[in-house]
Amino acid sequence: MRSFAKRYAAAIGAALAFAAFIAAFPAWRGAALGSMGFQTKAMLLVIPPIFILLGLLDVWVPREKMIRYMGEGSGVKGTVLAFLLGSFAAGPLYGAFPFAAVLMKKGSSFRNILVFIGAWSTTKIPMLLFEMAALGKRFALSRLAIDIVGILIIAWAIKLALPRKEVDRLYAEAERIG
Amino acid sequence: MDTFFLYALAALGLGASLLRDRTRTLAAVKKAWKAFEGILPQLLVVLVLVAVALAVLDTATISRFLGSGSGMLGVLGASLVGAITLIPGFVAFPAAAALLKGGAGATQIAAFVSSLMMVGVVTLPMEMKYFGRRAALLRNAFAWAFSILAAFFVGWAVSI
Repeated sequence: MRSFAKRYAAAIGAALAFAAFIAAFPAWRGAALGSMGFQTKAMLLVIPPIFILLGLLDVWVPREKMIRYMGEGSGVKGTVLAFLLGSFAAGPLYGAFPFAAVLMKKGSSFRNILVFIGAWSTTKIPMLLFEMAALGKRFALSRLAIDIVGILIIAWAIKLALPRKEVDRLYAEAERIG
Repeated sequence: MDTFFLYALAALGLGASLLRDRTRTLAAVKKAWKAFEGILPQLLVVLVLVAVALAVLDTATISRFLGSGSGMLGVLGASLVGAITLIPGFVAFPAAAALLKGGAGATQIAAFVSSLMMVGVVTLPMEMKYFGRRAALLRNAFAWAFSILAAFFVGWAVSI
């Protein structure tokens, strides 16, 4: 187990850099502190339910089920499921990463993990409704259509570009973190 | 509304879990905490990056970026700003709508919205922790390139 100081070294460095930034640019001080407060509140609000849900997923969904539904041999069904899982999610993209780690641990295929991340990032249903209202149906729906294609292409391209060994390493890492 | 839905889902799941098995529910909560503590260092770094990015690139600056540039340069600029910033949709969409009404191009706005959602430069420390440096950088690079393509498609779809 790594020590506390080593794990938090980057965070402490970032905090010091932030203090230096505030001291060096008084013009941005108010805005920086304001957005720091806003983002902290947003994170504190959104994090508890996301992590509770991933804890429940971890405990209640058996590995065999996940492999059957979203594993290597799950085919189109698995991809659709990954899309739906990401699309019905709520919350910012950084909430998707720990979730993805649990899905990896449970045996979901890497391609489906990438589809899930892509769907979480762009095809979230509550956001889509909001986008339609603000920017118009044509804008939102054409963006949705092209993004669904894009998510699949990006997932395929990453899978192709990433060596098998690196994917195996990520799965081992997910096992360790989860 | 987003967050409310999330809490409702978590409460429902937690309740159902408690009814079925107390010890497993406790294990789930423990796992939730462990997962959170595991990512906390990266989360704090992201927090600082977001705060600085949003201070420098405030809504007024973003609007100038999106409003001024036209053509390929405008699209590139818009997608870069979208890639760096992390703004929730309920703030970004109305701002984008106002810009659209004010005469900004649909292609530029689409480049901004797409890269805002798909690309996360400031959240890279978190993404790398789970996906490794290589996969995280690849995903963001691909997503950024794609968001530009998507922008031209949306711009075309809106114009027909």
